[in-house]
Amino acid sequence: MLRNLVQLPRYRGLIQSLVARELKARYRGSVLGFFWSFINPLLLLLVYTFVFKFVMPPPKGTDPYPLFMFCGLLPWTWFASSLMESSSALISGGNLIKKVLFPAEVLPIVTVTANMVHFFLALPILVIFLIVYQAPLTAGELAWFPFVVLVQYVFTLACALILSALTVHFRDIKDILANLLTLWFFATPIIYPYMNAPDIARRFMNLNPFAHIAISYQEILFFPGEFGHWKWLVAMAVLSAALFLSAYWIFDRLRDSFAEEV
Amino acid sequence: MSEAHAARSEVRPAIDVSRASKIYRRYSHRKQFATLKSALLTRSLIANLRPEETFTALSDVTLRVPKGRTLGVIGRNGSGKSTLLKLVAGITKPSAGSVRVDGRVSALIELGAGFHPEISGRENVFINGIMLGLSKREVARRFDEIVEFAELKEFIDAPVKTYSSGMYMRLGFAVAIHVDPDVLLVDEVLAVGDEGFTHKCLDKFADFKRRGKTILLVTHSLGLVERFCDEALWLDAGRIKGSGDPVRIVGAYLTDIEQREEQELAAGDTRARESAGLAVVSPDEPASAVLPDNPVESATAPADMFRAAEGRWGSREVEITDVTLAGPDGQPGHVFQSGERLDVRIKLRALLPIDDFVVGVGIFNAEGVCCYGTNTGIEDLAGERLVGDAEAVFSIDALDLVEGTYKLDVAVHRQDGYPYDYHRLLHTFRVKSRAKDVGIYRPKHAWQFSGDISFIDPRTPRLPRPDPPRHD
Repeated sequence: MLRNLVQLPRYRGLIQSLVARELKARYRGSVLGFFWSFINPLLLLLVYTFVFKFVMPPPKGTDPYPLFMFCGLLPWTWFASSLMESSSALISGGNLIKKVLFPAEVLPIVTVTANMVHFFLALPILVIFLIVYQAPLTAGELAWFPFVVLVQYVFTLACALILSALTVHFRDIKDILANLLTLWFFATPIIYPYMNAPDIARRFMNLNPFAHIAISYQEILFFPGEFGHWKWLVAMAVLSAALFLSAYWIFDRLRDSFAEEV
Repeated sequence: MSEAHAARSEVRPAIDVSRASKIYRRYSHRKQFATLKSALLTRSLIANLRPEETFTALSDVTLRVPKGRTLGVIGRNGSGKSTLLKLVAGITKPSAGSVRVDGRVSALIELGAGFHPEISGRENVFINGIMLGLSKREVARRFDEIVEFAELKEFIDAPVKTYSSGMYMRLGFAVAIHVDPDVLLVDEVLAVGDEGFTHKCLDKFADFKRRGKTILLVTHSLGLVERFCDEALWLDAGRIKGSGDPVRIVGAYLTDIEQREEQELAAGDTRARESAGLAVVSPDEPASAVLPDNPVESATAPADMFRAAEGRWGSREVEITDVTLAGPDGQPGHVFQSGERLDVRIKLRALLPIDDFVVGVGIFNAEGVCCYGTNTGIEDLAGERLVGDAEAVFSIDALDLVEGTYKLDVAVHRQDGYPYDYHRLLHTFRVKSRAKDVGIYRPKHAWQFSGDISFIDPRTPRLPRPDPPRHD
């Protein structure tokens, strides 16, 4: 396993070009092209803002609500679509695994990385929102931002590796995942703030790894005051690294079966 | 192979497969799509092999290919050729034994497997090259050569989805061949383009050979193996059935195929005869048993003789009790070499003396075209007397037919055409030929040339000729 893991940096060039291909191919043929990377989250945001402006009142302490929601929604979109796509990454890349000598882990890595690029492409909108709403940003807090992104990347990668490997053997994971992600979305403080949840719910939320990632984004970008959640984030970093190693181990164990099962 | 290997044993072979087996899991229909539930219930999350659910694609295969040699792998469909190639390519792992390859491998298994339809040929060349192990700079350096080889200069910036399948394959082939591997694995990919392109591919292979690269070639084109390979390996049902000199192995393989065809044809003939009620008549049984009281009724021949399907009709006053075909060795059989002797032995039986009879034979090819037909009447042999058991042998000195499957009409009838016993297309035989010429009839022939004209000796490995053009 370690030998394969050490080889991973050698595929940097391959991952790069595959991510580039993924991004190019996705919007090839559409009129707006790359703008969809901005428009998609913007439209989603409009829907939620409409609901919470005109249908039901926004939760307490989340004013301005669009900004609050955007802080959690963008990372979530990256996370959720990475998982959805990686669950079928090996199957749709079956040709490569079966016919070309190809390091299979590259496929989920490419999926997660391509979605991260989409996340980055949507960040300018967030910046505009931050400026428009004059969010209380401090340099000290912002310094944590790349670290949150890194933690999320490693955590997502770990999930993607396990999912992609298991889906090869159990195709039902895709359907389970779609429902699970909906549940997960509402179990994570994205459209409501963490503080508003009752005590008991908060205790459960602490077990939700993505809650800590979402809370970190919100504390850094939205809530005034110090970044108080950093201890949790560091713990998450350690957890993510451990999870990644175990995920890679599982992936490696199942690797030989891919060419036959895909 | 073993002697050649012993002589080179101090050099590490390029491909070293040692007692490798590959066992695939085979699911019953119900288990085809394993579900999480069933896996959890049976606790077989990772590979729970039960013997009845396995399929042995390769079993105990050992082979060594020294550097710079070309090995041709032949065998019937499903004999494990492609599995062997995948093992050598490292795409799948052997279930037992070991596979070791020295140097960079490029596998021409599925061409353009990594192409993305939405992006241009240019971008795909880069990504495919990187997938096959080149760096970006290396691809850039070979780019023009690749495009030129694929003959796609004008289309290289169009998305690959607009390519024809031929263009797609050519581009895939061009990239794979320019990876410059030490070991090249080729799986029946020469049917990629027109003849010009096939020639170019073969030239490229020859060029590889000259430069001391190792090639493993899986193909059904036996001529290619004979002309192009240093050694041949014959796989049958996952086992090595023979290896060594290509000409010898190909010969042995062809003989085996003929034997199998022989069996198949014999079985087919038996079925046809049984359904027409022929073979069921034993020689001891009096023919009168099947001689009807009103022979004329069943004696009517089909209106259109050239359209009639296989079958049997006639009054049976004279009966054809058996028809056998025999080759030059006199042994009955169903597969014969073009140009060799063929005897058609027709056993006849007449209960009452008959003086008006004609024995005829017709040869039809698979499309139903009558290749030749004659009878004793046409050849001015007037029937005088036939009673009891008799045999007529129709001998062909040289069976000058091209390769293919043929069917025989055998008949005995009155001079006016009233049939005693007519066997319509009931006897099948196959003609084999090493030459892949086309048509029906192969006249004895020779070429003569004069002036400044010459040909490359077909036995030289330099420029192997591909299979002949199809005339369609």
